Amino acid sequence: MIPELGHFALALAVVLAVAQSVLPIIGAARRDARWMGTAGPLAAGQLVSVAVAFGCLLWAFAVNDTTVSNVVANSHSAKPLIYKFSGAWGNHEGSMVLWVLILALCGGAVAGFGRDLPTALKARVIGVLGWVAAGFLLFIIFTSNPFDRVWPPPPDGQGLNPVLQDIGLALHPPMLYLGYVGYAVTFAFAVAALLEGRVDAAWGRWVRPWSLMAWGFLTLGIALGSWWAYYELGWGGYWFWDPVENASLLPWLVGTALLHSAIVVEKRDALKIWTVLLAILAFAMSLLGTFLVRSGVLNSVHAFANDPARGVFILALLMIYVAGAFALFAWRAPRLAPTGIFAPISREGALVLNNLLLCSIAAVVLAGTLWPLFADILTGAKISVGPPFFNTATAPLAIPLVLAMPIGAMMPWKRADAWGALQRLWWAALASLAVGFLYLVALGYPVWPAIGMAMAMWLLAGAAADVADRIALWRRPGQAWQRAKGLPRAAWGAAIAHAGMGVTIAGVAGMGIATDTLVALKPGESTRLAGYEWRLESITDVQGPNYAARRATVTVTRDGAVVTVLSPERRTFQVDRQTTTEAAIHTNALRDLYAVLGEEREEAGVLRLHHNPLAPWIWFGSIIMALGAGLSLSDRRMRVAAPAPKGATAPA
Amino acid sequence: MSAHEEPTAPAPAPASRSRRWMLYAPLGLAAAAGAGFYVMLRGLQTGEYDPRGVPSVLLGRTPPEFSLPPLEAANLPALAATDLRGPLPGPVLVNFWASWCVPCIIEHPQLMRLSREGVPVFGINYKDRAEAGAGFLRQHGNPFRRLGRDEPGRVAIDWGVYGVPETYLVDRQGLVRWRFAGPITPEVLDRDLRPLLRRHA
Repeated sequence: MIPELGHFALALAVVLAVAQSVLPIIGAARRDARWMGTAGPLAAGQLVSVAVAFGCLLWAFAVNDTTVSNVVANSHSAKPLIYKFSGAWGNHEGSMVLWVLILALCGGAVAGFGRDLPTALKARVIGVLGWVAAGFLLFIIFTSNPFDRVWPPPPDGQGLNPVLQDIGLALHPPMLYLGYVGYAVTFAFAVAALLEGRVDAAWGRWVRPWSLMAWGFLTLGIALGSWWAYYELGWGGYWFWDPVENASLLPWLVGTALLHSAIVVEKRDALKIWTVLLAILAFAMSLLGTFLVRSGVLNSVHAFANDPARGVFILALLMIYVAGAFALFAWRAPRLAPTGIFAPISREGALVLNNLLLCSIAAVVLAGTLWPLFADILTGAKISVGPPFFNTATAPLAIPLVLAMPIGAMMPWKRADAWGALQRLWWAALASLAVGFLYLVALGYPVWPAIGMAMAMWLLAGAAADVADRIALWRRPGQAWQRAKGLPRAAWGAAIAHAGMGVTIAGVAGMGIATDTLVALKPGESTRLAGYEWRLESITDVQGPNYAARRATVTVTRDGAVVTVLSPERRTFQVDRQTTTEAAIHTNALRDLYAVLGEEREEAGVLRLHHNPLAPWIWFGSIIMALGAGLSLSDRRMRVAAPAPKGATAPA
Repeated sequence: MSAHEEPTAPAPAPASRSRRWMLYAPLGLAAAAGAGFYVMLRGLQTGEYDPRGVPSVLLGRTPPEFSLPPLEAANLPALAATDLRGPLPGPVLVNFWASWCVPCIIEHPQLMRLSREGVPVFGINYKDRAEAGAGFLRQHGNPFRRLGRDEPGRVAIDWGVYGVPETYLVDRQGLVRWRFAGPITPEVLDRDLRPLLRRHA
């Protein structure tokens, strides 16, 4: 009964979404207040129906209703409750319901918080969100119904994929979708602006919080995914340039560019066409990721099991939304003429440089990800594009981007003097050169990690210099505290996010000098790695709630003192006889000691041991970046989001 | 590293007539990408496009010459290239496997199913001890009609085997039509192999 209720709620949501995609748009075109007024209630109604559908799906998983084929395929009564829930969105059908739920939430938020938004713009934005929602709801109902029944019901589910029973992975999709779907809202704003033929500062002001929100969640989502790969897959790496990873990085790169160019629209009334294009592109990249992961056109550990009919449907949606928006763009963009004047050496000039570099990186990643697919259909050649390409092709773009970050942040609007900005950054430059040089000398000349470390220091010190400059710490130290309190949160957010990027780069640079070894040890034997003594004490059998495991006990000592005892495991899950490796990680925030238990032969266990300097900083930095976004988002000027009265906008 | 090196910002200028076409560039790129993706999706259905397939030089050719001894304990006829020479009554599968290979256990039920359905599956036991190979078949069942032992792994090299398990489809004319490196999971069976078997039946 409950699954039918969920199915019905989905169908109801389709009807409401179709109404939402038509009535407000017509109303906006005819300037009919009553028609435009339907936008809010329809968005709210759609939110309620999708929420009911999602609730029904969660219920079916919670009670392990084996008459629902999705539950049979993806759940099992022996799973802990939290993983039953995460199983609900860990599969294709359920994740699509989560996707439209988040989209409906965004629509509801635009309707609820958008009181100050011009009525016509609001009606159009909600209408465009209705188009997106209607398409994906129809996709769910026609190709991926999560409520399909099976009869007779099997005694229990089969889905106990142990790799997916993990807290990082339980949270990874919701975070990622909040990011992806957030770009649906900026997309809706862009399309609404094209329909209206007008982009102004108020528009930029509205797009900013949404792009910030999407960016913050996407940052967290990508970081969670990379963290999961690090500790769960047991390969000791954090980023593999896998096509699916790239698919999540692409909207992030374009979204980062959007985040910055929207500021220029708001403050300088320029870069309008470009910003609208970026807003469309960011969502296009999100949809491209969805298509690549779910259609089966690429080979990846992350790809969902899939059938081509779904791929054709998603491709059709992708073409309707993206090509439709681009066609509208080609037709209407010439109306969006900029009014602001533009000097290359200014903050807006620096932001253009930021945009060019970010988009170039995105283009490189996009080309590297899609080229193997297109080469296959064009020439029949099977090629694979791997980390060496991505690393060498993005580094020359990423380095100038990082170099320009603190300089751009220090430059005022309209007309700046780059030399002046550099003068205020001399100590940051000195610090970064010193750190890079020390790293180089102390560690035996690892060139790239040293460059990375210098870059990280440059960003951290640059962010500090930026804040110090804004609060006039050196010039009027007495008032610095007062000024610090008065500094807009958006300014703090920007500095913190830039510093977070520095922390992440430091982590990456630290991983550049990571060492590892593969040894076969018998109990009692030991090996040395990175100045630590790793001794295998024993390998024993352990019984878990739904698995049996072999657990190695490895004592790590340094100069005779015990640092930690690591217990890597190899788990065999009883129901589907899958084996997973549980890496054991000991961190002290400056380095990770990481051990993986491999196979055993003749009493010896094969151990892979890693020493990963600064590894946790990669994820720590991402959290700082997301915090910066959150702080910016809490800025009063963002929350109010209406054209502020004159004088209230301090030059940021 | 100074900001003086900034390229003079090519701010998207007010679209003059000569530059209007640039506004169509995103649309053109998206349309081209869409067409490409459509070809891929079509290819997925017909088997012409397979992201997982590692191409084999044998595709469209006859298998290399070989003659392998039987696995005595399994009581099955041996396998040689002559057994794969056309015309054959229907398509046959050649499966490289080993008892020490974990993914082979995963794909085994699918081979058993195919064998029950009457699809001839020929096995090549790769770099395996005879007792271990026979033990594997006793424990998991025997899907093979013919079975050759390739203990030195020579034949596998001639075929260009990537790793075990690996499966080839030989059509009625005795030409290799398909190669799959990795376990034949139920999805691979339904999505790739069954349509191919129907097509070459």
